[in-house]
Amino acid sequence: MPIGLANALAGCAARRLNIARTGLGEPDRLREYNRRMPQAPQTPPAKIIPEPIRKGIDVSINGKHFRHTGDPALPLLWYLRDVLRLTGCKYGCDDKSCGACSVLVDGKLKRACALTMTDLADKDVTTIEGLTKPDGALHPVQQAWIDEDAILCGYCQSGQIMAAVDLLTRKPKPSDADIDGIGNLCRCGSYPRIRRAIQRAAAAMHGKSK
Amino acid sequence: MTYAHDAGRRRFLKVFGTATGALVVGLPAMAWTPDELLGQNLISLNPYLRIEPDGTIVIGARDPEVGQGIRTAEARIIAEELDADWNKVTVAPLDLGVTDVGGEPHWTYGHQMASGSTSVPAAWNDLRTVGAAARELLRRAAAAHWSVDAASLRTVRGMVMASDGRKLGYGELAEAAAKLKPATNPPTPKPASRYTLIGQDAGDVDARDIVTGRQHFTMDEWLGDVLVAVIAHCPYPGGTLAHLDDTAALKLDGVKKVMTIPPPSPASPLGTQQLAAGVAVLARDTWAALQGIEKLDIRWNPGARAAEGDDALAQAAAAALQGQPTKAVRTDGDFAETAKHARHRFQAEYHMATVAHADMEPPNALVKVDSQRAVIVAPVQNPRATFDTVQRLTGLAPDKIEIKLPRAGGGFGRFLEADYVAEAVMLAKAAGKPVKLMWTRADAFAHDTFRPFSVHRLEACADRKNNLTGWTHRIASTSRLAGREPRSRGWLSEMHPDVLPAGLIDNLQYAWFSLDSALPRGSYRASSHAVNAFASECFIDEIAHGLKQDALKLRLALLGEPRKLPYRGHGGPVLDTGRLSWVLQLAADAIGWSKPHPHGHGFGMACHFTFGGYVAHAVEMSMEGSRLVIHNVVCAADLGRVVNPLGARAALVGATLDGFSTALRQRITIKNGSVVQRGFKDYPLATMAQMPHAVQVILVPSQENPGGAFDMGFPSAAPALANAIFAGTTVRVRQLPIWPELMRLL
Repeated sequence: MPIGLANALAGCAARRLNIARTGLGEPDRLREYNRRMPQAPQTPPAKIIPEPIRKGIDVSINGKHFRHTGDPALPLLWYLRDVLRLTGCKYGCDDKSCGACSVLVDGKLKRACALTMTDLADKDVTTIEGLTKPDGALHPVQQAWIDEDAILCGYCQSGQIMAAVDLLTRKPKPSDADIDGIGNLCRCGSYPRIRRAIQRAAAAMHGKSK
Repeated sequence: MTYAHDAGRRRFLKVFGTATGALVVGLPAMAWTPDELLGQNLISLNPYLRIEPDGTIVIGARDPEVGQGIRTAEARIIAEELDADWNKVTVAPLDLGVTDVGGEPHWTYGHQMASGSTSVPAAWNDLRTVGAAARELLRRAAAAHWSVDAASLRTVRGMVMASDGRKLGYGELAEAAAKLKPATNPPTPKPASRYTLIGQDAGDVDARDIVTGRQHFTMDEWLGDVLVAVIAHCPYPGGTLAHLDDTAALKLDGVKKVMTIPPPSPASPLGTQQLAAGVAVLARDTWAALQGIEKLDIRWNPGARAAEGDDALAQAAAAALQGQPTKAVRTDGDFAETAKHARHRFQAEYHMATVAHADMEPPNALVKVDSQRAVIVAPVQNPRATFDTVQRLTGLAPDKIEIKLPRAGGGFGRFLEADYVAEAVMLAKAAGKPVKLMWTRADAFAHDTFRPFSVHRLEACADRKNNLTGWTHRIASTSRLAGREPRSRGWLSEMHPDVLPAGLIDNLQYAWFSLDSALPRGSYRASSHAVNAFASECFIDEIAHGLKQDALKLRLALLGEPRKLPYRGHGGPVLDTGRLSWVLQLAADAIGWSKPHPHGHGFGMACHFTFGGYVAHAVEMSMEGSRLVIHNVVCAADLGRVVNPLGARAALVGATLDGFSTALRQRITIKNGSVVQRGFKDYPLATMAQMPHAVQVILVPSQENPGGAFDMGFPSAAPALANAIFAGTTVRVRQLPIWPELMRLL
């Protein structure tokens, strides 16, 4: 989700104060900001030891804020899988061809293996784990996948679901040709059920928006 | 407390209670093995069935899940006999069940393997008893509680009900039931007329975890203090390391060690199967290991097979087929004599390229090993073979080796092998730390255990009445079993003597000619049935056109009156020609075989008997410009009783698409002794746009015992498509992959 102006300001202030961007909601962050605002000191401390701000890349993953301080060339795929242990995003190939690592970056479908952390500065990433609401409620696409039993081995399905979410955002009523545009590979042959799941999700989401 | 469940195989059911009052039906005490270091996902239970006081039912599924839906099917079988409330069932994977009996491994769960569509038939034999035994105990516990005769009580959806309307939930009865002595004879399974779960659709038990990204495959598991390993394998089969400079790699942040995988040797940990030479980078995380591999300065010695290539193989096949067969698989009557006097003669040669498994989850393994214990987490289809490998490498006693079986991202035969597990164990031993090994996609292609290259030469003859009187099928192949351990030799020829049309044609020869190759080969979905059926089912289509006969009528005439033929291969002991005729007829009717065909549309069909299942495919296609459009596909299958139709349909649709995808574009080429393909860009799996929108599956209702489903839909899919392509384009493609050849000929 894009950070609003006020939020961004609060974020800058927070960064100046070296408050880790911890995914607090805006009111929380402002409260934290106020709480940590330096009060007029009663007696000046004998010595101030300045603590340098750790440099890094700020990125939002599923609405939580993180600062990556390691190798800026680290692909997002390995940041998600090895650092954050968000393992729904899968390794499948070396040449950006399979789509098993599909995620949304600022709402657009991307392959996590093809992005480095540098590309992600101040971006919002949504992974398969982020589709589910905190109360466990499923995204209509996830529900449609269950209803159509579009599973087989399941390894590619989180990527397929992310691609479907992206498609339905762009085309709420996708044609067969639109669905054909999804290039994610499935080795097991779940395509017919994926197609039905996308149509089912489209119907469910369309019904809801009315 | 125990009674013999299958004394012949030394397996026992055991019933016991727990401190919390749960009823457990399973197997004699193997220690519970929750390991703090392993994540919650890896804590698995030993027994088949556990009923908690709150009514929760945990079913342990013993066979590895590779996308065939076995965990769902097995749990449904147990839950059916238990009369469980399916909504209260959770399913957990079992480890490999092994105990130490005098130093030898004793397999406590019986069948634990994902191969040859055998899991459901085995579960049908073994696991119904588990649910039925628990149901009887619960019923007797309720009878004792109410002081009534147990025979007067019914069990319905997780409850025992008395004739006067009183009822008790299974959870309430669990503690009392656990204290009862089980009957001495195994209980009788339910009659099929009382089934409420078997035969009804059930979604995959892991579906919610998969769509939320919470499902853990091996790749998603970690251990504390683990080193991530990536290996640069020698690109030449049989090649060796010539030079290594790891200075630059070791300078990288996060890279901890560089180690070599020992070169292939006769004392290889896989028995006669060899490990590829390789250099492993062990690092803090995957990215560091991947970068480390890039920084290695390596040169390889090509080994003895630098000249091996596709052309050389094709020449070797042509030469072999001129000579004497390595094995005369079957000889009935006298083909040569019959052919001399025949009215019609046919001959065709089919070439099948080497193909790779291309599982979406590449080979990988998580291993912790010390002098006391080995814990193996890996995508594994044959846990016992993996166990053998680990034991050879570690020398540990059988009960000190734990093999965890997370859901695998495919299988198709690749994970029947244990080479990647062996590598991880060797690295973990040498490094003194747990190792998480990941193969790159490029390595997974270069070091697959490939489906063999083969050339099929077929001849047939027919009399004046168009009856087929003679048939020969000669195969030259780089058998997947050549060079493997002796116990596998029985199947070396990759040809079943009783595969059709054997038994239908009086003068028939099957012969096999061995070709040599340095490439490792292995099992592939439906094994040799896939390529053998492609040849024979395309050939019979060619004969039908040659005789100006309808391909359906010719097949039905050949199959003749419904009767049972002996079948010595897997899926036997008999083959029922009537069941095969019936699925052919169903597929033909559903696709509109005998109705007028739309202009430009080609219709094709094929059928095959695989591992006990009878499947026919019918395909309608057309060419739109240079695009192949598959308009309709019917897959009619008689698999015996179907435990979970939703799962069986998924398997058949998947097999159909896999059949098309593999046959259309997949090919491994060998150049200068090594594999050319390194990724999906040069090994194109079919995309959604290239595949049919739907596959119509017809399941034949059956009272026969369940036969499994995963492999059966594979062999007939590709020849049905090839036959349709001929009907639609008049181009006969006698090669796999079809697409490049079709584009050349059109």
